[in-house]
Amino acid sequence: MKLGEFKNTQLELYYFQLRLGVAGMVVLAAFTLLLARFFYLQVVQHDYYQTKAEDNRISIVPIAPNRGNIFDRSGIVLARSFSAYTLEISPRLVPDIDATIKEMESVVEVRASDRSRFRRMLVEAKGANSLPIKTRLSDEEVARFAANRYRFPGVEINARLFRQYPHGVLASHVLGYVGRINDRDIERIEAEGVEANYKGSDQIGKTGLELSYERQLHGATGYAQVEVDAGGRGVRTLSRTAPIAGNNLVLTLDLRLQEVAADAFEGRRGALVAIEPDTGGVLAFVSQPGFDPNLFVDGIDPVSWELLNNSPDKPLNNRALTGIYPPGSTFKPYMALAALELGKRSPTQAIADPGYFIFGGHRFRDDKVGGHGTVDMYKSIVESCDTYYYVLANDMGIDAISRFMRHFGFGARTGIDLAGEATGVLPSQDWKKRRFRRPEQQKWYAGETISVGIGQGYNAYTPLQLAHAVSIIANGGVVYRPHIVNYIDNNRTGERTYIEREPLRTLPLKPQNLEFIRKAMVGVNIDGTGARAFAGAGYTSAGKTGTAQVIALKDNEKYVESRVQERHRDHALFIAFAPVESPKIALAVLVENAGYGARAAAPIARKVLDYYLLGKRAPKPADPATNATKDRKRESN
Amino acid sequence: MKATERFFARVAAPLDGSLLSIVGGLILLGMLTLYSAASGNPARVSSQLFNLGIAFVLMCVAAQLPPQTLMRFAVPAYLVGLLLLLAVALFGDVRNGARRWLSVGAASVQPSEIMKIAMPLMLAWYFHKNEAALRLRDYIVAAVLLALPTLMIARQPDLGTAVLVASAGFYVIFLAGLSWKILVGVIAAGCAGMPFLWSLMHDYQRRRILTLLDPSEDPLGAGYHIIQSTIAVGSGGITGKGWLKGTQAHLEFIPERTTDFIFAVYSEEFGLLGNSLLLVLYLALIARGLMIASNAPTFFSRLLAGAVTLTFFTYAFVNMGMVSGIIPVVGVPLPLVSYGGTALVTLFLGIGILMSINKHRKLVQT
Repeated sequence: MKLGEFKNTQLELYYFQLRLGVAGMVVLAAFTLLLARFFYLQVVQHDYYQTKAEDNRISIVPIAPNRGNIFDRSGIVLARSFSAYTLEISPRLVPDIDATIKEMESVVEVRASDRSRFRRMLVEAKGANSLPIKTRLSDEEVARFAANRYRFPGVEINARLFRQYPHGVLASHVLGYVGRINDRDIERIEAEGVEANYKGSDQIGKTGLELSYERQLHGATGYAQVEVDAGGRGVRTLSRTAPIAGNNLVLTLDLRLQEVAADAFEGRRGALVAIEPDTGGVLAFVSQPGFDPNLFVDGIDPVSWELLNNSPDKPLNNRALTGIYPPGSTFKPYMALAALELGKRSPTQAIADPGYFIFGGHRFRDDKVGGHGTVDMYKSIVESCDTYYYVLANDMGIDAISRFMRHFGFGARTGIDLAGEATGVLPSQDWKKRRFRRPEQQKWYAGETISVGIGQGYNAYTPLQLAHAVSIIANGGVVYRPHIVNYIDNNRTGERTYIEREPLRTLPLKPQNLEFIRKAMVGVNIDGTGARAFAGAGYTSAGKTGTAQVIALKDNEKYVESRVQERHRDHALFIAFAPVESPKIALAVLVENAGYGARAAAPIARKVLDYYLLGKRAPKPADPATNATKDRKRESN
Repeated sequence: MKATERFFARVAAPLDGSLLSIVGGLILLGMLTLYSAASGNPARVSSQLFNLGIAFVLMCVAAQLPPQTLMRFAVPAYLVGLLLLLAVALFGDVRNGARRWLSVGAASVQPSEIMKIAMPLMLAWYFHKNEAALRLRDYIVAAVLLALPTLMIARQPDLGTAVLVASAGFYVIFLAGLSWKILVGVIAAGCAGMPFLWSLMHDYQRRRILTLLDPSEDPLGAGYHIIQSTIAVGSGGITGKGWLKGTQAHLEFIPERTTDFIFAVYSEEFGLLGNSLLLVLYLALIARGLMIASNAPTFFSRLLAGAVTLTFFTYAFVNMGMVSGIIPVVGVPLPLVSYGGTALVTLFLGIGILMSINKHRKLVQT
């Protein structure tokens, strides 16, 4: 019994130990499995996980470069970058944006315009890391927010670069503006393959020089390798490649002259382009009315946008670059030159002007009732006789006119360093064929040539083209590519890259022909249509007035300014250069719906030339009220 | 003078040298890793040292108690544990979406923790009582005793503790001689019942299992823990990045890096060599425990020692398996390494019990 019990106990112990042994085996097997897993992770896959850990740890942070500044020819700053604090929300980190903004208002003022801009950006820039709710914080606001920062997870104060245009509306169409990078910009950047360079940038040139010199102005983005923690906060900087600031632009534009020219418009709509004939450098480039580019920099508010976009005066249109207008009588000197060059007329050949020209049963009327009497070429320019050019155009034919005018850049892009230039229309048989669909429309009628002779009909050019052409007459037939930037200034190396100093070509014009035209244009300003505007000028100037019809008149209808709706009144034009002996400035002025060129456009040219050549400055109009009085006085005179 | 000496002699008597040195080694590694993992928070280290002091005292007390006394605690401990679990279910505090804690005045206790000891104690007592003739019915009773608290804990939900309690009970049943046929049958039935089990699981528990199968499916959510801890382990390489130099740990990519995921920190800084050392230490601890179980005089002490020892294995395997991405994420700490007072006390009580059983092996035999 005792022995059996003992045996039983022994057996029991044996079974227990057997089970312990099985358990021990399981333990060993399990630990071997773990060891195999460790071996797999830490030896076989080590490189993979090592890279993963480094990717976790190291974040490449782009550092946006300073955008280059823009200066006028005398060094006045037209556009500059400065750094300011911005309050930004990371939409992905903030679950209830509305509540956060509401709470934020107890700390800093958030205007309705800030809020609506933020909303719009939220829609436009899907997936953006952070969006500004308030820009350009004052030091006090920064301090106040910093003290309350813990209340706003996902809201940060960041130092950002801003663009400022110190002279606001002045030269706005030249400078253009920068704005927040949107989806379309991203597409463009990607198409150019430079998206890497925009990793740290918020803004990009949208129009004007800011757009056309974007590559120069932007600079190269720098990078910092930053060790970050799991929350994405930088712990320390491991290495840093400094950004390279964008290049500065130094313009040929003279801001003071630009200001004089803009003021001379006295609130009327129009454009003025002044070019230095010996270089092709643009001295003034005015499109009135303008706009304040500063409004666009951190996203324009909807109210201002509505105002600008829906204004009947179209302030956002760059009239000098993209507006196309019939040149009116300013076309006559070129017609005369063509006649001389092509041997169609001699200077002394004269016609008797009855005050009209009848062609194909249609009566083409001259401005002056009863005509100009006996008219030779000189007189035809000085007095702006239409009949002379009706006949001349008819004699030359449209294709000869077209071929000749092409040399002066009519109807072709000048190639100026601004994007979006309009081509204009230099009519020809070929052009009409391409322009129209139906065969009866495609045919060129001889009668259409006659209107072209006085700068009407299908003729349509930009003010820039008019200025470009007159500068070719001024400099003796040398064609330059007009340009607004004089040189690109690399502010690291001090290296200057000049834009277009060499002429494109020289037109093979006979000097005596050119001399004759110039003399006739001098005559315009001495005892012709420009004489009144240029009375008593202390320099010799050459000019030509022009009046371009906006609506066609019926055969026997006479144009009476006061009877025509304002928007249908004629455009006033004037082209000029001075001093005649060695021209320093050539310009074209266009005043929309202002009537006669002699009365509305020539005085503007006078003011610009006076300032540029003599330093004389007309007293600046104090405010619109006095302007209005002046206008009324003029009317009563 | 003599009294103090005698007191210390008495305290020291049951303390097993080899167990102490193994545990000491693990504690040392744990403290080093905790210091590194808690770089931003040195209070964690001192607080853990304090926990250690308490746990050590409790271990000495447990080591003093002879197995017969422990046996007397079995039923009351189990019943109290069950009642407290019921109380938790009714009045427990909800923290992090789970009802696990019971407030007792200012302090709060986690009754499920008691079950980690009470469960093997109870089952060992039950089998010991019926040692003479164990029948199938006894195994069924044991299974019910096991299932009741396990389900209550799993419902809290606290899957980690449920696994530990269930495994501790299972080890007792297994060591008590559950027939192989039934064992295999139960495992087969378990596998067949998987879909049913799946339907019982909480959403977050299901997600953990799915996440294990493909962590990249939800890299910032449920998969984040596994992805980051696997990166930490893998990037550690053979020799590790060096103490205090783990980037995953110090840049806070590893969540819960002082508690359940401390192994990721350890593994990143000490590499495969460190991992092997840790495995060896746990293996030594388990081997020593199984040796004590094998030499234990009574059925009760054998079963208890074996179950307690194998529970250490469950802790270690589940934790390291989950951190290295072969087991779903369940809240099981790395034994003697993870920060946390409750777990430390439970583990040290287990060590104390082993020491007691080891010391009293001859006394009972006579």
